[in-house]
Parts: sequence; structure tokens; C-alpha cells
Amino acid sequence: MTERVGFFTDTTLCIGCKACEVACKEWNHVPDDGLNFLGQSYDNTGELGASTWRHVAFIEQTKPIDIEGNGSAGDVRWLMSSDVCKHCTHAACLEVCPTGALFRTEFGTVVVQQDVCNGCGYCVPACPFGVIDQREGDGRVWKCTLCYDRIGVALEPACAKACPTKSIQFGPLDELRTQARERVGELHERGVTEARLYGDDPSDGVGGMGAFFLLLDDPEVYGLPPDPVVTTRDLAAMWKAAGAAALAMGAAVVVSVFGGRG
Amino acid sequence: MGTSFGRGGATTFQQDLQNADCILIEGSNMAECHPVGFQWVMEAKERGAKIIHVDPRFSRTSAVADLHVPIRAGSDIAFLGGIVNYILENGREFRDYVVRYTNAATIVNEDFRDTEDLDGLFSGFDEEKVAYDISTWSYEGADVNAAAGNRDKAAQGEAHGRGSTVESDRPKSRDETLEHPRCVFQLLKKHYRRYTPELVEQVCGIPRHLFLEVAESLCANSGRDRTSAFCYAVGWTQHTVGVQYIRTAAIIQLLLGNIGRPGGGILALRGHASIQGSTDVPTLYNILPGYIAMRHAHSQVGLQKFIENIGNKYGYWGHLDAYLISLLKAWWGDNATSANEYCFDYLPRLTGDHSAYVSTLRALDGELDGYFLIGENPAVGNANGKAHRLALANLKWLVVRDLQEIESASFWHDSPEIETGELRTADIGTEVFFLPAAAHTEKDGTFTNTQRMLQWHHKAVEPPGDVRSDLWFAYHLGRRIREKLSGSLDPKDKPILELTWDYPTEGRHLDPSADAVLKEINGFTVGDGKAVSGYEDLRADGSTACGVWIYSGCFAGDENLPARRKPHWEQDTWVAPEWAWTWPMNRHIIYNRASADPDGKPWSERKKCVWWDEKKQEWTGYDVPDFKKTMRPDYEPDDDARAEWGLRGDEPFIMQSDGKGWLYVPSGLTDGPMPTHYEPHESPFANPLYKQQANPVRQTFHRKENPYNPTHGEPGADVFPYVMTTYRLTEHHTAGGMSRTLPFLSELQPEMFCEVSPALAAERGLENGGWATIVSTRTAIEARVLVTDRVKPLRVADRVVHQVGLPYHWGTRGLSVGDSANDLFPLALDPNVHIQEVKAATCDIRPGRRPRGAAVLGLVDDYRRRAGAS
Repeated sequence: MTERVGFFTDTTLCIGCKACEVACKEWNHVPDDGLNFLGQSYDNTGELGASTWRHVAFIEQTKPIDIEGNGSAGDVRWLMSSDVCKHCTHAACLEVCPTGALFRTEFGTVVVQQDVCNGCGYCVPACPFGVIDQREGDGRVWKCTLCYDRIGVALEPACAKACPTKSIQFGPLDELRTQARERVGELHERGVTEARLYGDDPSDGVGGMGAFFLLLDDPEVYGLPPDPVVTTRDLAAMWKAAGAAALAMGAAVVVSVFGGRG
Repeated sequence: MGTSFGRGGATTFQQDLQNADCILIEGSNMAECHPVGFQWVMEAKERGAKIIHVDPRFSRTSAVADLHVPIRAGSDIAFLGGIVNYILENGREFRDYVVRYTNAATIVNEDFRDTEDLDGLFSGFDEEKVAYDISTWSYEGADVNAAAGNRDKAAQGEAHGRGSTVESDRPKSRDETLEHPRCVFQLLKKHYRRYTPELVEQVCGIPRHLFLEVAESLCANSGRDRTSAFCYAVGWTQHTVGVQYIRTAAIIQLLLGNIGRPGGGILALRGHASIQGSTDVPTLYNILPGYIAMRHAHSQVGLQKFIENIGNKYGYWGHLDAYLISLLKAWWGDNATSANEYCFDYLPRLTGDHSAYVSTLRALDGELDGYFLIGENPAVGNANGKAHRLALANLKWLVVRDLQEIESASFWHDSPEIETGELRTADIGTEVFFLPAAAHTEKDGTFTNTQRMLQWHHKAVEPPGDVRSDLWFAYHLGRRIREKLSGSLDPKDKPILELTWDYPTEGRHLDPSADAVLKEINGFTVGDGKAVSGYEDLRADGSTACGVWIYSGCFAGDENLPARRKPHWEQDTWVAPEWAWTWPMNRHIIYNRASADPDGKPWSERKKCVWWDEKKQEWTGYDVPDFKKTMRPDYEPDDDARAEWGLRGDEPFIMQSDGKGWLYVPSGLTDGPMPTHYEPHESPFANPLYKQQANPVRQTFHRKENPYNPTHGEPGADVFPYVMTTYRLTEHHTAGGMSRTLPFLSELQPEMFCEVSPALAAERGLENGGWATIVSTRTAIEARVLVTDRVKPLRVADRVVHQVGLPYHWGTRGLSVGDSANDLFPLALDPNVHIQEVKAATCDIRPGRRPRGAAVLGLVDDYRRRAGAS
């Protein structure tokens, strides 16, 4: 495997332009996700799904915030954050896939092979982030490939390339993590004490995310689970427990059948 | 910008914003409308600059700014004038800069009367003509009579994107102590004396502490060591006092010494690709390429007299003869000789106001046969869309060249007027020719971007089917017209038949070579056809030809310089001179002589840009010096010196006849030498400063297609109690022709909506996600409702006012359709540049969808009746 790569999305730099959503769709030929006015601030795509692989969340808050201590931003804060598949270290979608359509690439990313996917949909409830989804009228599942076809020829993913403010950064995951921690330190120094990382920790419930974030509020404010856990984590234990139960039951049956004669 | 500094263009470039210590964004939603350029604002912020956004709404720009200041739409001059007053009252001006580089010391005619003396009017107002006689505004001792009767001359100014020519002589009286009661500095002081923080609060709805924070931030971040930048866009221009908004910013930036210096300047953010180019080259009706004025029809003067009238004795307009004669040589080639005044008489002449809106109204009156619409969608993009659509339906023919069948081409079968029955397809006589146009990826050519930069784009793919480039269209249309006229002896056909129209063609569609056009724009020596190296090479003897003198140098050395693509990280300075090419002469920060002190030394190490090199005896630095390269800083002209040699070595504004930045504009503007707060044409408030409510010389059109809402003080004004303003969203492109047809963009903002505060929603029963109908005397439109704290009710003149935000992208065509916000707005124009006031007007808003069909007319009629408007 070559070096693991990923995304670092620094939401303090996001201006909500949605260039990432558009670039993703253009490069990957992702169809529109329906033209629906949602009345949710400037968000009209709603959430990640089979036809939305980058999604910019807009969160309007009314509370006093003093950004960087050198002025008052009034009592309105508008958070913007571009969400994407996390390309988890422990990826439940991949683990439950019966056909091998989902696989881990040489870059450490998780990709669906569309010609293998049979549309069983097991991966859909397996994802702790609700990222992967079946496309209506198609049946197969679709999600961010971290532009597998681009990074293979040393191009950065379309979203990162299109981002005008470097809110989306692409690179070797280790470097991004170091960079992100420095950035948090810098922001804390400037008085942005609410800055925090999400998904950078290899010891978290998914073994660290291949796409992680710098947030200015709790993850759930952005629609992210606060403490995601790979849904297959307890599978081995569950099988063990089920096996033990089956054995016990078998033994009981043996006892009840044969014991009675004894 | 033209009248203040000499050139109608941004004084700086976006990459330079990273050097600013404070950036004030006002009249612009830069993060949303210029997201790519906005990276340099973010860069400045990362470097510690303070970012301030003044805007009626909290937008995506405000979200990342350090400070958002909500303002009542249409009150910016009161706010900016407040800053001028703060600077002057507290002695915060950059004194050395102001005394030497601006006209602060110049003494003005003793007959001049200020708005303070005449309750909102300047001297010279003619009530009958509704116009100013500007003779009293002149500098003391100026030869105003020579100008007064000369329309070619008096008409110069902002409309022409340059400084005025009336003051062609040096000002005779100056007082460098700035104490003389009639010097510009004291006049400014007096003019803005009443623009106090209290007044700003009362007019703009901005709390005093916020105003003071902005004023102090600008002052603290200006001077020798620090600089502040301004960014604006059409949020400033689209008003009946639009030009004066920008003038007020120019005054602030001159007083603080921020023009011509790194991290300073005023960035005019243009609406879309090559808007700057369209005024440079130009497509405007009243100027020739490079901001050379057009002659009036009545004018009988010959070439030499015209040059005398329009040119300046001092500064670079002193070479108008070379620019104009080279232009004539480019157009008429060998036919242009000294004997026939280089075909000067072939130039078209003005018979009156042929600006877009006036032409529309002429079409309504049946006085216009045909119309070309190229890259323009007035049925959606212009104020009072209904008037436009009715006008289009009253033409004999209409040519629309666009990427899609836009609303301006489809009005005859799907406009709102078809729905209401005001138009019937069968009754429309207009023959519409829709010609598919090539996109920039399908043709070679240049864009001139917001910072005067020419960037070449290469044809990546052949245009499909019948699609052709605009260059192809213009060239072959000209060719066919010339073929039809060939052999004609009619003198009126001679200017067309004698044109040089010999561009080499290429490809199967015989596309004219864009390279050849660019070379002609650059200019060449007639003898050997070699490209000139810049406008200083141009001659007035017919030995050079040049299509656009300000672009001269873009093809120097016979190399296509706009095609250069060396990234900035491979270049030595942030100026990155080898990326494309910037007019004039690849100068990125113009007037950059002002980045050095009068002696030619940088004001400070931190803000170095260009300086005098005593050893080499020339100006040098990071940017190309915007100055005569070999002129010593201590140079003083003698009486016979002319053009650039007529200015001193410490006068940086080389296009102006006095070499100064103009705090006070004695001529060149139709509505006053100093910006004055006037209420918008439609306003719910009285002007608290003067009896004069609105700009006295604004252009209005009282006719049935263009009714006005009653403004404050008129009966019925309360029928339209709210302020409405228009804007753009990142997700869509202007009038929507390039975005509403694309699923990837349409899904991001799929429907027309309005933004209102929770308080207004409660007052009018509007529900988030529901529908609202917005009404003016022009029409009623419907929109989905977005209730948001980002739009705040403001306390103005001791009562609360609500503002309604309206993105203007929608129309009847495409994947995402909706009513058009501009249909609500009237034709009320800035008198200098004829731009419409769509950033502030009055309206009512009510819950629910609008009536369908003819019933919508009934609703509007009802409002008109109640308001007493007809």
C-alpha cells in the first residue's frame, strides 16, 4: 500500500460557496439530487447520499460570539462545513459487503466498485454516518471515491482542487493530522477556543477517519454523530455470544432429549 | 474612480488584498460573488487583518468577517460621509500625502455654494432643465467659460471613466497649510460637518459604537506603516447616487493615504467576466476605445480642435492626438491620411442619450426598429422587466446571441405578460433571430477581469453545430455588410467600405484569428507591421496604428502576453507580473508613485512598492512604476512643458491634468463635486440633512409602464412600508442563463426566495418555507420564504424598519424557474452613468402565492389605487 491519504476540512475557512459539491458532481457525473427548496438556511441538498457526495451544511446560530477577540460579530453566527465520506480506518460498509464491491484501495480509501455492487444494501445501515446510500431507480450504492481515478494519476480530488479558500485540504493523512493540530493550536492562541478536531484520533470508534474536520462547535450541531462507532465492532463478540448460546441450547436439547431417558 | 483618480478601473488587484491591515467590504457580497478572489481576503485575515463587512444582510461574507455592520439599504453616503467627518474632525488624515498628492490645497471659485448653504443643492442648479450649470464648481482662476459652451468638453467625466478635462490648466491658487476657507480641505470639512455618529445612527440604523469601531479601525490601519483596502461591487453602483457612493470611498482612501500603495486601494468588483473589458474596449454608446470621448452630432470641429477640446495640456491625456490618430489608423488603415484628417469625419457621432434604458423606452414608443442582445438578458437582469419585455415585443427585429434561449429571446411565448394577457403571441410583430453563441471554452480570446487583467483563453473544443463565437459573428456580419455595399458610391457607406477588415481566418468555420485582433488592439508600426511596445510608442503622424491605446503593450515583442501562465509561486513577488497581462503596461497597483514619499523613498519598509533609484536614475520596485520612468522626484516643469512632462516629479495621478487625486471634483460629474446623502428615489424616510430629499438630477421616467411608489412625504407612501434590495447568490450566475439550465447549480438554489427577519415574518404572517408575495406599483411577484436572523430590523429615525432581501436570478426558463425580482423595481437612474436603482426601493410583502393570470394585474391596481399612484 502507498501512503494513506485523506481530507482535512477546516470549517473556519469555509465560505459556503459549494464549489466542492459542484466540482464533485461534474467530475464524477453524479446526477442532481432533486430540485427542492428546503427552507434550511442555504442548504438545499440536505444530506450526504447516493447523489450528494459532498454536502455543505449551513448552521445559523444566534448567540454572542467574539471571533478572534478583536471585534464582535454581532449575535449571529453562520457555520458552514463541507461534509464527505469519512473513509474510516474500520469501515463497517466494507466489512458487511457480501460481494466485495466495497474495497480498500492502495491509498487507504474505501471505494465502491459499481460493476460489482449488486444493490443488496447491507452497507447502508452499517455506516455510522449515514453516508452510503442506494440510488433510486438504480439500486446500487454510491458514495465519495476520494476521486480514486484522479489520485491514481497524482491529481488532487475535484472538491479540494475547486475549494478557493483551502478549507478542504488533501494529502497524506499523517501530515494532515499534524497540520490540523498546529492549526487548532494557532486558533486557540488567537482566542478561538471553541476550535476542535473531529475524527483525527486513531483510537476513536472507527479507528480514526480518513476525512476529518476542524469544527467550531459540537459535532451534532453539524449533523455529525458525536461518538461514532464502527457498527461491526461488536460483531465478533456477538457471534461468540450467539455461538455460546447455541452451544448451551444444543447441550440443553441433548440433556432434555437424552437426559430424560437417563 | 475615473474622476477621482483618472482611470475608470480598480486601483489595485485582488492578490494584493493579502497585504492589507484592514479590509472594508461594502456594497459587495464578495465571498458569494467573487469566491475565488475572496481567498486573498481570507489570507489577509489569517495574517491578522481586520475584515469588516457593511451590508443590509448578514451574508456568507459577513460569516467570515471580523465585524458585520448592518446598514439600511441606500444610506451608505451618510455612513461613509460620517467616516470622512471622523477623519477630519480628529485630524486623522495622512497629512503629508494629502497635501502633496491630493487637491486638498486647491482653492475653489468664490461663487461656489455648498449643500450646507442651499439645503441640499449645490450652486448652479437649474430647476427647469433639472441639471446643474457647473461653472461655479471650478477651481479659482480656471478658464470655465471656454468649457461652458462646449458640450464635447463639458460632458467629460465619470460617464467616460476618466478625469475631467475642463480643468485643463494647472490650478492657479493653492494653500498648502490647508487653512484657506475656500481650499478643498476646508470645503470638505464644512460639507461633512453634520455627518456625525449620531446622524449615522439616525440615517443608517447603525449603532454609534459600531460606526466608531469601523471609523477607528480604518484610521488605525492607515498611515506610513499600515494600509486599508476597500472592496465594492454593484451594491454601491446601482443607486440614483451610485457614482457618488464610490466617490465617498475615494475621498476616505485619499485622506488616509491608501491609494497607490500595497494593501490599499479601492477594488471595484465587476459583475461578471470582462465587464471591465466592455468599458475599456468599449461597448458603451458614448465612448471610443480607451475612454476617448465620442463627438456630438452638432459639433463641427475638426480633428485638431477636437483633440484640443478633449485632451489635457498636462498628464498622459496630453497625448490624445497619438492615441486617437493611431485608432483611426487601425480602423481605416491606408485610407486614413493626414490630408483627410485620418478619416476623423468617419467616426460616428452622438445625437443624444442612447443608454440602454432610454433606448428601451424609445422602443416602447416605436422609435427603434431593431436590437442586438449579446450576452445580456434584460428581461430578467434589468430593472422593470415588464417595460423591457413590452419594448422587445415592439421591435421589428431582435437578434439574441446566447448560450441558451434566454427570457429575452422567449418573451413572445412565455413571458409573464403572456400569462397576464398583456401580450398575445399572435399580436407580436418582432422577428426574433436566436443565434447560439460559443462558450469561452469553444473560442480563443481574452477576458479583462475585475483588476484590469487580460487573460487569454484557448479554444479547447470546437463549438457544436451552428454555434459560433461572437468574434466570428461580428467579423462575418461586417464582411457580409461590406459585400452588400460594395460598389456603392453613397458617401454614408464609405466609412464601412474603407474599414480595414482583413483579419486572417482559420478552421473550417473561418474563425477570424483572435491573436490578430489582439495585436491590432496592442498597436503596431504601420511601416513594418511590428507590434509596438506600449502607448508611449504611439505617434500622431499616422506612423502607428492602435486599436485600444490603454491595452497597448499587451502584445509587445509580438508575443501574446495575456496568454502567460507562470504561477505566482514560481515568481519573486506577490505582484506576479508574468501571469497574464494587466493594463496599463502591466501595472498592477496604479498610481503607485504614491507608494513613495515626495522624495521618492518608500513611506515605510513594510509598505514598499516602487521607489526612485538614484544610481540608475529611474523608478524601480516590485510593481511596474505607474509613472514616467526617468522623471526625477524633484522634477519641476517649466512653462512650455506638456503632457507627462507638464506634471511635477511628485504628482502620482498621471492621468489628471493637475497630477492630483481629487477629493473635490470641479467638473466631470453631473450631480455635485462632493458626495451628499440623498435618500433613494423610493424611501420610507425623510432626508434628515436637507430639504432636498433625493438626488435632484437623478434620471426618472414618468410614464404608464414605469409608475413609482410614493416616497416619504407623499400621500400613500405607507402602502409600501418596507425596504427591498436585490443581490446575487454564489449558486447562480446573474440573470440565470448560465446556471438555471444546469442541474448541478439549480439544485443548490432551486427556487426564487426572499429573506426576511423573524420580526417581519411575525408582523406579516410569513412562514419559513412557505410563500410570500412582494408588491410594488410595477408588479407583484412570489417567492419562497426564508426567515432568518441574518436579516435584522433596524432602528432608523426612531422607528423600526424591515428590509426584504431578494436574489434576482430567476425567470421563466430553465430547470429552476421563478418570478424575477427586478420586475419590482422602477427605472430611476444615476445621472452620470445611467445605472438603475435596484439596491434600494420600497415594497409591501404579504403571505401566500400571487394571483395567477390577469388577476395579478388586479392586485397591483389595487395597490396603485391605495397609494394614489398611476
